[in-house]
Amino acid sequence: MKQKYIQLLRTTWGNIFTEEITPVANELYLTLESGALSKLPEICSVLVKALKAHFVMLLANDERELHGKFFIYYVFSMTADNLFLILRVPVDAREREVPSITASLDSATWFEREVQDWFGIVPFPNIGKLAVHPDWPEDVYPMVKEFDLKRSVRRVKGSFDFKHVAGEGVFEIPVGPVHAGVIEPGHFRFSVAGEPIVNLDVQLFYAHKGTEKIAEGMNPHRAVFLAERISGDSSFSHAVAFCHAIERTQQIEIPQRALVIRTALLELERISNHIGDIGGVLLDVGFSIAASRAFYLKEKFMHLNEILTGSRLLRGMAAIGGVRRHIEDTLAKREAMQETLKDGQEAFEELVDLLMSSSTVLDRLESTGVLAHKDAYRLGIIGIAGRASGIDRDLRRDHPHCAYPYLKFHSVLCNEGDVFARVNVRIDEVRESFRLLEQLRRQHVDEPIKATLQSPAPDRCALGYFEGWRGEIVHWVMIGKDGNIFRWKITDPSFHNWRGLKLAVRHNIVPDFPVINKSFNLSYSGNDR
Amino acid sequence: MFKILKQSIRTGIVTNSFPAVIGDPPDGFRGKPIIDYARCTACDKCAEACPTTAITVEAKAPAESNQKILSLNYGDCIFCGECEVACPEAIRLTEDFQLATTEKSELLSQACFKESKTGYFEFSEVVAQAPPAQQSAEEIGAALKEKIDKLFGRSLHIREVDAGSCNGCEVEITALSNPVYDIERFGIHFVASPRHADMLLVTGPVTRNMEIALRQTYEATPGPKIVVAVGACAIGGGIFGKSYASCGGVDTVVPVDVYIPGCPPRPEALLHGILLAIDRYPADRLSTEE
Ligand code: SF4
Ligand code: SF4
Repeated sequence: MKQKYIQLLRTTWGNIFTEEITPVANELYLTLESGALSKLPEICSVLVKALKAHFVMLLANDERELHGKFFIYYVFSMTADNLFLILRVPVDAREREVPSITASLDSATWFEREVQDWFGIVPFPNIGKLAVHPDWPEDVYPMVKEFDLKRSVRRVKGSFDFKHVAGEGVFEIPVGPVHAGVIEPGHFRFSVAGEPIVNLDVQLFYAHKGTEKIAEGMNPHRAVFLAERISGDSSFSHAVAFCHAIERTQQIEIPQRALVIRTALLELERISNHIGDIGGVLLDVGFSIAASRAFYLKEKFMHLNEILTGSRLLRGMAAIGGVRRHIEDTLAKREAMQETLKDGQEAFEELVDLLMSSSTVLDRLESTGVLAHKDAYRLGIIGIAGRASGIDRDLRRDHPHCAYPYLKFHSVLCNEGDVFARVNVRIDEVRESFRLLEQLRRQHVDEPIKATLQSPAPDRCALGYFEGWRGEIVHWVMIGKDGNIFRWKITDPSFHNWRGLKLAVRHNIVPDFPVINKSFNLSYSGNDR
Repeated sequence: MFKILKQSIRTGIVTNSFPAVIGDPPDGFRGKPIIDYARCTACDKCAEACPTTAITVEAKAPAESNQKILSLNYGDCIFCGECEVACPEAIRLTEDFQLATTEKSELLSQACFKESKTGYFEFSEVVAQAPPAQQSAEEIGAALKEKIDKLFGRSLHIREVDAGSCNGCEVEITALSNPVYDIERFGIHFVASPRHADMLLVTGPVTRNMEIALRQTYEATPGPKIVVAVGACAIGGGIFGKSYASCGGVDTVVPVDVYIPGCPPRPEALLHGILLAIDRYPADRLSTEE
């Protein structure tokens, strides 16, 4: 499989790639020759257009102490072959420049800006700041190795560089970073002409906690707890994605029972969040009776989480090599699971009936906040927002792991791209999750729940990924010589999707913003880390 | 319309009969860890396992290597249970979650261990003791009920400030408004502006990028104002600590009145902390319910 892609690339560009050896079966690392750097945009473009690769993410790694250079890793997913093709591109330690690939791959824009802000590697043509605020000094890059995590960085004078829309009657409404409700911090700036929004600028990274930097030098087992805290609503998915990455670097075989437990918890996380989001949308359109039923139902599932795992957010469960605890080891737990699933399913269908029976509510949801398929494709929108705009991608099916290869489910797809489609995707996904949980309950695999682990082999890297409820979560980890984390890149689906929200609100009226926003329900903490 | 009515009737009353249920987390819930000093040898295994340095074992003083101090800081604890796994002989995670306090020092338990003749370390004395959680659920219930009665006819306005949390704390604060906890029935409302707030509920380690916004919100809140730090991050930086990106806790930026441990604190723990905070508020200054 890997050979096929190497051949394909070599026939077009000649021998400018070196294959790096990795024990990970579905990852192909190809290092580009320094002299061929200028071909990078073209290669990426061909991968995406001719070979149907999906751009997953790009990340920089300060490998000066290892190879005297920085490297940027461009990660593509070749869905048809369940393969990740990773272009590894050297960046000169002094010049720190690399050609931008955004001319043909718009979806890489934010990634390139982050690399610029955190590593000082400039993708040319040059672009604006994203991941540091204007009071951050010019020449300080927190992700280079010599930057000390504990260092306190002075504030400089500077102001946000918002896009100002000129025109008669256009005025700006600034909102945040502290919001009216219980919402994460971010600054929104609406440009409106009368009622319609003509532009939305979003300044994020208020929740930046330096998570990737904190993890450097950390023991991977300890970092699992950090992974649980990347985005609270996706605690388990992020933790599993991280463990998956570490397990792949070490070729760890996970006991079946642990896979079953992981899968069950992942689906439970999906159910409670989807139901909560449906409630949020209903609340924002003023259907409070239905909303409170949704919140009640979500609470039931949070309570179930606590019964099964001791944590309402499913924390303290994921472990490298499996899971830390059984979830159905007592009669009380089994009964709670049985009952919540049964009652929950009924209550959920009633909720859906209620929603669908209100034509005024449907009116508000349909044709609101439309994200067209072509825009979603161009921006690389993924997850529920992507599937609501016809982007047929679901890692559970496309790059399966956990118990998914053995389970029957289908991936939900809608094409309208409006708030209603995003609600519908959630509704059908909740139904699928119930189906998945039923299948999992029938599996009686009695085995340990955690693999026995050796001390980690050094100098290995791998991706770890999972289709969380919001969308695909992808981590990349490199283990250093000491067996600790050398580099950890975290990509939350929100990082792809914020640009989709910005586009979807255009031409809608300001009072519809909350419901459009809720229908995306993007994470700030996951985005900012 | 008929459909809505029918469903509402069928659902009935779902609100927990608070405070009767407080103190009743399910089996297996991971609350306050306690160390049985008599079974502890200050060996360091728990500290090694702890992901947040909530537990530390250190020599009492550089010159006194024959004495060790074992500290457990509930403010830093994320209730993961790893210490219990590392040392099931001496450490147990109890079901106590009502750990909110007005004094940060009350979150710390410390004990001194002395080297015995056999070379092992043995417990010698308690240096600091976090007060035990209230005795029974009923007692807490009665105390809370009284406070709620005091609140009767008045209301408390809360402004929530996410100062860079992971969003876990927000998930639980949001849950307070669901029909099970229904915080509004206590006359507690979340408000859209600091100018109308009696209390700030702050989460997160206070990131560098939220420091100024938090300070401004605090300044815009009319006095007397109560600040509640929610979760391990807000108390002392939690798992994120102090770094280029975070200040390491709310009280490094604005004064804090009540600390609510947890990662995140479950909704009942939040209620317990908020009600504790109400105690600190001059009752006649609470907003009058319209
Ligand atoms: S439960 Fe608390 S004290 Fe024990 S290991 Fe976890 S964080 Fe540390
Ligand atoms: S205390 Fe825990 S749940 Fe709350 S913000 Fe911090 S990491 Fe998240």
